[in-house]
Amino acid sequence: MSAAVDTVIAVSGLTKVYPGAEPVHALRGIDFAVTRGEFVALMGASGSGKSTLMNLLGCLDRPTSGRYLLDGEDVARLDRDARARVRNRKIGFVFQGFNLLARTTAVENVELPLVYDATLHSREARERAVEALARVGLADRMTHEPSQLSGGQQQRVAIARALVNRPAILLADEPTGNLDTATSMEIMALLQELNRAGTTIVLVTHEADIAQCAGRVVTLSDGRIVGDEPVAEPLDAAARAAALRGRAA
Amino acid sequence: MKLRRLLKAALGSIGRNRLRSLLTALGIVIGVAAVIVMVALGRGAQLRIEREISALGRNMLTVFSGASMFGGVSRGVGSMPTLTLADADRLREDATLLAYVSPSVRTGAQAVAGGTNWPTSVYGVMPDYLDVREWKVAEGETFSDREGRAGAKVALLGATVARELFGESSPIGERVRIGSVPFRVIGVLATKGVSGFGADQDDVVIAPIGAVLGRLTRPNAPIQLNLSVAAFDRMKDAEAEAREILRLSHRLGEAEEDDFTIRSQADLTSAATATTETLTLLLGGVAAVSLLVGGIGIMNIMLVSVTERTREIGIRLAVGARGRDILLQFLLEALALTVGGALLGILLGLGAARLFELGGRFQTAPEPGSILIATVVAVATGLLFGIAPARRAANLDPIEALRHE
Repeated sequence: MSAAVDTVIAVSGLTKVYPGAEPVHALRGIDFAVTRGEFVALMGASGSGKSTLMNLLGCLDRPTSGRYLLDGEDVARLDRDARARVRNRKIGFVFQGFNLLARTTAVENVELPLVYDATLHSREARERAVEALARVGLADRMTHEPSQLSGGQQQRVAIARALVNRPAILLADEPTGNLDTATSMEIMALLQELNRAGTTIVLVTHEADIAQCAGRVVTLSDGRIVGDEPVAEPLDAAARAAALRGRAA
Repeated sequence: MKLRRLLKAALGSIGRNRLRSLLTALGIVIGVAAVIVMVALGRGAQLRIEREISALGRNMLTVFSGASMFGGVSRGVGSMPTLTLADADRLREDATLLAYVSPSVRTGAQAVAGGTNWPTSVYGVMPDYLDVREWKVAEGETFSDREGRAGAKVALLGATVARELFGESSPIGERVRIGSVPFRVIGVLATKGVSGFGADQDDVVIAPIGAVLGRLTRPNAPIQLNLSVAAFDRMKDAEAEAREILRLSHRLGEAEEDDFTIRSQADLTSAATATTETLTLLLGGVAAVSLLVGGIGIMNIMLVSVTERTREIGIRLAVGARGRDILLQFLLEALALTVGGALLGILLGLGAARLFELGGRFQTAPEPGSILIATVVAVATGLLFGIAPARRAANLDPIEALRHE
């Protein structure tokens, strides 16, 4: 009973075939579960299927076959609009390229998912956006536009946006891919902090030391899971970031 | 609630791209302004012509001497002196649909007062003539029926003649010699100005027909009958009635043709109105085409905008926007652009019409109808041409859109 409630993601026999003259079997049967409060890193070389899996987990796409329970809801066969609703209520995305709206203030960017939630009053939406920005340490950058923010700050805004709808799961796709090492570690430290506070996180990366910040590493190859191991001693990203900054200074 | 937020998003996007938005709406601005100005100019011309024609005398019928055909040979209207003063009396007594009847005879003569003289047109008429032509007496008075019939040597001067002969001083009571006949001035006519056909309508002297016919003209000079119909919608009936009375008066048999010709003011008016209506339609049509072009401009820019903002659309879709939210946002953007453009266009159009008016060369009559139609067409154009880009945006695949550079 409690096991069902605590399972945020339950995937079984998940496959994805991209049709064409030579069909591409991106995923060949994935069985995989994420428990509430976990911090999972998905690793794999390019072409291993980790991006496809991320798209399916994020309800951006539908699997060819298999089951996917997200927060207890069967979402594998939902149509476009229903998937949009699931993304809006249960998922927070963080992308490699930040994907913030240009010439739009930080707080408005963070508010964006709530624009599409008709149940929320605009005043409440603004309060939640302000709160989320404060959580990622940008309380003093509310009205800055992306062009006025550093890469690390932009990614923090994106993380605040991912948190603003209080999602069941935060999906981060190479969130440090565009950042330098020290800033990457600061972002990982923020994710670790959020995870300690209860946020379930699935992170896609191809960098080993980024993956070591998570509590569990799942490795993909050729559309199959080839490794699934807990990290004995996760890297303390905050300490590493401080060390990197210290050396730089 | 949600619509308001989508509208905010749409307006925000317009505000972030001010120059592009302005250029996009420019087609609509110019289109709406063009429709308003063109129709205003066309209607202005129409009103002006209508007014000038009705200034000649409303509800007017004119009877000319002589038939258009006489014994198989055309003599031209007015060539035979078939109409008499008795015909005028007969019409006055028997016609039920005529308000005023006056004979008139026209001649050119030199008017002399003191040391100055001035060539002008002299009309010999009965007092009803002023009513038929809707001519007011500005100063002094007109003559009576009896004076008209008896040929009293009194005259009313047109404003131009009064000015040329007497300058600023009042001519009332002064003597004027017209041709070889001395007249006493009893009144000055109100100014009518230059007619649409370029003639100075105030260069005229009006006198009793008895004093003009046979004294300033040949005794058998052809006269006209000037009739004013009591009710505009009975013009045709009045014409028929007048024809019947005149045929009786001339003792024409069943088989005989009219020895007179009746023309109505309506003939002239409807011809002129038809011309200017065509003009208005033509101008409006040209302007409508520019409105259409404006609409296509909007579609063009919106399509570019969708491509340019593919990533934004991807982000919105990823965080939970449904296709119809995106559709609505882009439609609202197109709508806001066209409505804004239309409002600017109305201001510009009315302003331009005003300038034309102030320039003095044109008369304009901005039509509420044309403003309404232009606005509705502009907004419909915006929606129509906004749908294709909006649908394209709404149907984007979020994964593809996010990958877009």
